[in-house]
Amino acid sequence: MGAIHKVTVPKWGLSMREGKVCGWLKEVGAPVTRGEELVEVESEKIVGPVEAAAGGVLRRRLAKELDVLPVGGLLGVIADADVPEAAIDAAVADFLANFSVEAAAAAETGPQPEKIEVGGRRLRYLKRGEGDDAVVLIHGFGGDLDNWLFNHEALAGQRSVYAIDLPGHGESTKDVGAGTLDELASAVAGFMDAVGVGSAHLVGHSLGGAVALKLAANEPRRVRSLVLLASAGLGPEIDAEYIEGFVTAANRNALKPHAARLFADASLVTRRLIDDLLKYKRLEGVDACLRTLSGRLLAGGRQAMVMRDELARLSQPVLVVWGGEDQIIPVSHASGLPSSVQVEVIPGKGHMVMMEAAGEVNRRINTFWG
Amino acid sequence: MARKITYRQAISEALSQEMARDPTVIVMGEDNAGGMGSQGEKDAWGGVLGVTKGLYHQFPGRVLDTPISESAFIGAAVGAAACGMRPVAELMFIDFLGVCFDQIYNQAAKFKYMFGGKAKTPVVIRTMIGAGFRAAAQHSQCLYNIFAHVPGLKVVVPSTPYDAKGLLIQSIRDDDPVIFCEHKLLYPLEGDVPEESYVVPFGEAAVVCEGDDVTVVALGRMVHLAAQAADCLRKKGTHCEIIDPRTISPLDEDTILESVEKTGRLVVVDESNPRCSMASDIAGIVAQKAFRALRSPIEQVTAPHTPVPFSDVLEDMYIPSPAKIEAAVTRACEYR
Repeated sequence: MGAIHKVTVPKWGLSMREGKVCGWLKEVGAPVTRGEELVEVESEKIVGPVEAAAGGVLRRRLAKELDVLPVGGLLGVIADADVPEAAIDAAVADFLANFSVEAAAAAETGPQPEKIEVGGRRLRYLKRGEGDDAVVLIHGFGGDLDNWLFNHEALAGQRSVYAIDLPGHGESTKDVGAGTLDELASAVAGFMDAVGVGSAHLVGHSLGGAVALKLAANEPRRVRSLVLLASAGLGPEIDAEYIEGFVTAANRNALKPHAARLFADASLVTRRLIDDLLKYKRLEGVDACLRTLSGRLLAGGRQAMVMRDELARLSQPVLVVWGGEDQIIPVSHASGLPSSVQVEVIPGKGHMVMMEAAGEVNRRINTFWG
Repeated sequence: MARKITYRQAISEALSQEMARDPTVIVMGEDNAGGMGSQGEKDAWGGVLGVTKGLYHQFPGRVLDTPISESAFIGAAVGAAACGMRPVAELMFIDFLGVCFDQIYNQAAKFKYMFGGKAKTPVVIRTMIGAGFRAAAQHSQCLYNIFAHVPGLKVVVPSTPYDAKGLLIQSIRDDDPVIFCEHKLLYPLEGDVPEESYVVPFGEAAVVCEGDDVTVVALGRMVHLAAQAADCLRKKGTHCEIIDPRTISPLDEDTILESVEKTGRLVVVDESNPRCSMASDIAGIVAQKAFRALRSPIEQVTAPHTPVPFSDVLEDMYIPSPAKIEAAVTRACEYR
């Protein structure tokens, strides 16, 4: 008889206490494979998919649409087709009898972000997973390590995966120096030194992609492979209005239309997401950092650093992923790349492709790494 | 924002960071350093509830003890502000501000206007509000309404550690006189607060939680009681949108009106006495500007029109409770 797997509300970020069920993507009785998206859950910040932790058949859907469950609460049950109904009922009853919101929240807390001194700056990072292979996740302009909420754990199977806050971002020191890609790339290399990682697989989103590419060009031996998501550095075009709007917006109403452009489905942008962006933008020093970076890298609404030639010279495996409806950096930048580069375009998704199509992106990255 | 600190620590950190940033910022008040004329250990008290403790040694000469003469030291703070300093004066209880009204509403609030914009008065008056401390009628009131009435003053009522820090920094950097109202029962409240300095702008309400059924506007400690009520109501299928104005002068009318346009129902929760209060003010604004959106009478949950009782039993009855808020929301929703 096969095992019974419980599908529970995940904890996306430190502040998440409960999740609202937006809708099931699978019917009871449907076969599911490991990593397949089962149900969409909304936290205060964003809607995300809960994936099957194991293959089998979806046997129970215990939460219905619009139900609000605490973190760790039981959403459904996956088991093989030959597991008797009575055994599943017993497992559900057992879970509900022993479930405590506090214990579940404590168990789900997981690893906490830490800070480390790198070249006179303090950089915040969050490490998940353990393994010989190291991975560094590098967010984009104005982002932070929480951008990987839906990816970090899924990528951390047998690897040590570090998500970092770039200088000037998140809770890292609000100092970007001259704001060049070289400076940011050397900060990432410095971070790898500080945590004792000689070489790593780099995953970069948007500006973070350009940083990863720069580091691979500057210090090829430190980069084992590159995953570039909706990456900067592959063409001159970028939505200048977005950059300008994001940098100058001083309140919720000014920021909201710009943040909405990050996603193909603008309804994913919750008030909490905007509030968190504003909280970041209001920290002392952030405005200067964003202006330095945008002035240096995106002057005149064009990307200053196009590195297609550098990309062509790399010997490491490279995966490029783009959302087909990206409104910030055009998906056309994924075209015409060297034939050695694996390119995946995910239709109907926007710039925050790793959030908007988390399951698909995670699967493609894991397959790429092999 | 992984770091959690208390409301008290958040206020202290704001003072410390602003004093480090700007040498014209000074702190003054009763027992802020250690007791007037005391020969022994300084920094003994740090104000009556210990908010300024530690600042005396960090900023020698810039944390001043004052005599128990509110009219004198608030006047001194206003004068210092007019002459280029940025004083933060602590006046224990808002109940005592009555003895220095002239300094506040006829002097500080008027300088910029009467001197044709050539004078500024960047003074902050920190003061404690609120009942529930068993401190009786003269130490428990929520008198922020009186200051919201006076043009030229800004009035801040923070409900969380995050807001307390960001709003106090904004208060210190602001060129107008600010009355900064700290609820004494919130001092031990913990919350996420960035280590860096940051500013929360005036006149920007926080939407504490979103909901489609009822708009609940609450201030200070009442925000937390409203959130408790909203949790109970949600389990019964009623979704409250809680709005914390954070500053009552200036007041973010737009956020309140937009929410009422969506929900059609308003409950205002204010720990103050009900007459000429923020509750009645907000109710009046909504009744005038969003009348057509309203689907039920506006509910006000406030203290009664009595002094704060000394009896524990009566004091508990005096303060708006989650049960009273829940009842008001239910009345609004059931209105036909």
